[in-house]
Amino acid sequence: MALLQIAEPGQSAAPHKHRLAVGIDLGTTNSLVATVRNGIAVCLTDGQGRSRMPSVVHYREDGGIELGFNAMSTHVSDPRNTIVSVKRFMGRGLADVTHIEAMPYVFEETPGMLRLRTVQGSKSPVEISAELLRALRERAEASLGGELTGAVVTVPAYFDDAQRQATRDAARLAGLHVLRLLNEPTAAAVAYGLDNASEGVYAVFDLGGGTFDLSILKLTRGVFEVLATNGDTALGGDDFDHRLYCWALDHARIAPPSAEDARRLQMAARAVKELLTVSEEAPFRLRLGSGEEVDLTVTRADFFGMTRPLVQKTLVPVKRALRDAGLLPGDIKGVVMVGGATRMPHVQRAVAEFFGQEPLTNLDPDKVVALGASMQANALVGNRREDDHWLLLDVIPLSLGLETMGGLSEKIIPRNATLPVARAQEFTTFKDGQTAMSFHVVQGERELVADCRSLARFELRGIPPMAAGAARVRVTFQVDADGLLSVSACETSTGVEASIHVKPSYGLTDDEIAGMLRSGLEHASDDLAARALREQQVEAERLLEACAQALATDGELLGEAERAPIDALIARLRQLAARDDAAALSAGIAALTRATEEFAARRMNRTLRAALTGHNIDEL
Amino acid sequence: MSVDLSLDFFSLFGLPYRFNLDETALDRAWHALQTEVHPDRTAHLPNSRGAMAGALRVNEAYAALKKPVTRAQYLLELTGMSLDAINGNTVAPEYLMEQLEWREAVEEARRVNDVDALEQLALRLQIRTDGVIAQLAEELDGQRDLEAAADTVRRLMFLDKLRLGIDDALAALDN
Ligand SMILES: Nc1ncnc2c1ncn2[C@@H]1O[C@H](COP(=O)(O)OP(=O)(O)OP(=O)(O)O)[C@@H](O)[C@H]1O
Ligand SMILES: [Mg+2]
Repeated sequence: MALLQIAEPGQSAAPHKHRLAVGIDLGTTNSLVATVRNGIAVCLTDGQGRSRMPSVVHYREDGGIELGFNAMSTHVSDPRNTIVSVKRFMGRGLADVTHIEAMPYVFEETPGMLRLRTVQGSKSPVEISAELLRALRERAEASLGGELTGAVVTVPAYFDDAQRQATRDAARLAGLHVLRLLNEPTAAAVAYGLDNASEGVYAVFDLGGGTFDLSILKLTRGVFEVLATNGDTALGGDDFDHRLYCWALDHARIAPPSAEDARRLQMAARAVKELLTVSEEAPFRLRLGSGEEVDLTVTRADFFGMTRPLVQKTLVPVKRALRDAGLLPGDIKGVVMVGGATRMPHVQRAVAEFFGQEPLTNLDPDKVVALGASMQANALVGNRREDDHWLLLDVIPLSLGLETMGGLSEKIIPRNATLPVARAQEFTTFKDGQTAMSFHVVQGERELVADCRSLARFELRGIPPMAAGAARVRVTFQVDADGLLSVSACETSTGVEASIHVKPSYGLTDDEIAGMLRSGLEHASDDLAARALREQQVEAERLLEACAQALATDGELLGEAERAPIDALIARLRQLAARDDAAALSAGIAALTRATEEFAARRMNRTLRAALTGHNIDEL
Repeated sequence: MSVDLSLDFFSLFGLPYRFNLDETALDRAWHALQTEVHPDRTAHLPNSRGAMAGALRVNEAYAALKKPVTRAQYLLELTGMSLDAINGNTVAPEYLMEQLEWREAVEEARRVNDVDALEQLALRLQIRTDGVIAQLAEELDGQRDLEAAADTVRRLMFLDKLRLGIDDALAALDN
């Protein structure tokens, strides 16, 4: 391997103009932008001195767009076109989103990521997030007086590849040069650690509006090393609001609310929740558009009782991260609290009880993520002084693997591997003269591929025809410092090299981003729809092939009555694959996948049993 | 300042070729190297903007030396032993029974969702693993009996896999 040349310190960092760089916390509820000014990280404010911008986008009928505080007023009057908590939809399909029934939006199911139908047409979560990011970019450029060199954008540590890609795409769509995607708890640790010159092992407990992260970091002489991370990307203050909302519906004896009244009730629920942080009881009182009155009183005890399961739920990732790091609660020197929802007293008490110490709440939990991100941005553009050495070593939150026989996931990169990381694995052909091989990349901890997130499918073609088992196909996974994956495969046994390089399929290509920026986002949805259909067709083909093969080798594992519905679903999927209805096709794929789950499990058992009798150590 | 990435993993970190290793020294050397090669350090330089090769190699080396199993495998590899010989698929018959017993105990505890039993097993497994690691140290650093060491590495691989199984089972019971 070649020598790596690194510039001498100060050599090309020699006197240069201060570059404008910002950190952006793109939150579920609130977004912020910060920068390092004269060596000190500060949040940038709007014209009225407010640093947080509510993550709300209102699409007006006349074609205008309102954002942040300006969009708050239409919350109730135009709920369908006033999008809140869009972060919950990033990189997600309809089936992934919780409490969808209580949301006033018109959803469209498109493969990979859902979309929302608004008065201004169909919008993807990426486009909606881009509106928020553009507003923050403009705020920063106005405040700093120039064009930005780049931005560090934060993401929940437990975001998977799909969610990260979506965030990156949104930032590029907003005209930002993304220096780095940074994990929110890591950003908080930087701000906290550099502020307090801390050393030792710390936990960061980040409960925001829509997401929960728990990261364990070791701070030693300027190095922030993440030991383990875990979380739940669908758990946050919103869920506490939802419990209160459901409770109010139960107790207020009102008719099922309209979309407008549902929003009213949700906003009231949030206000009540926040009030209960400082007072023992709170009135839940409002008049609905329907003319009905809600007049209830919520005590702290009521609220703590109904949300205790949510608080317990935060402890699950805490335990898992500790186990992965090989640590006990008592090994943690301090627990840094981040996110507005950590203000709730029962959350603080649960954390204190679990760790046996009072959590650290001395930094503003709303700002600390943006501040940490701005410090990283400042370093990445080369503004920091030479004596200001510190380094982040972050990890990948979820294992990456490939689908193998029987619908199992074989892990290639384990969770909590330090970034950047690359791992390779060799595979071979199983038929004589086979010239192509297909791969399915998945992310997640579960054994069955069906329970993991599907990231990409690709095929390596042009393998020289050889006897079965002679080809050597080397698949390499590489995850960069943003936590983003790329995969390549090549045949290595012959001089002839077939190789392919893929990015997961739901992300946008550079050309697509450029195109969307050019055409004012107009036609992008059509292109995406066409591509989505093609992808679904490829997937259907692959599934049909896999089924045919599995039935040919292990068909006797199924009784006749079990076999018939599978055959029927196969026939139907064949018909759907020939048509151009992506939604129907996707449903057909899901149906067949579900119907063959039991079959896959039986095949897995058989493989395991065979391995045990063969005394094969790999399978033991 | 340049880092020679062609060095073997021990030399890269300036550590002796020994199985018993000073973990603090390893961590410190890892941090020091990453401070040189991490893409964040060069992101602003026009000629090497965020190059990743160095950081990838250093992380690969660290991951290999950090865990006893992979460290032992790597040491054996350095002696010229082939990967097939190290990871060979055979299990000495006297260990096979032990392995099957462990497996059954874990399966059973898992089946009945018995957290205490799983934690007990994890503890016993830790003690067993520590014993095997001590034996490996003796074989690699002491007697230099490489054949025996290769056999012990395979047992350690099995124990590691078992540990992952227990952890997964416990993780499933966290909620
Ligand atoms: N005093 C308070 N008591 C209880 N909850 C509060 C309080 N202040 C803020 N919150 C809640 O905190 C949440 C918002 O927190 P924050 O701004 O940190 O989230 P975010 O960064 O937008 O979301 P995420 O990090 O999940 O993407 C909301 O649910 C809000 O109701
Ligand atoms: Mg947040």
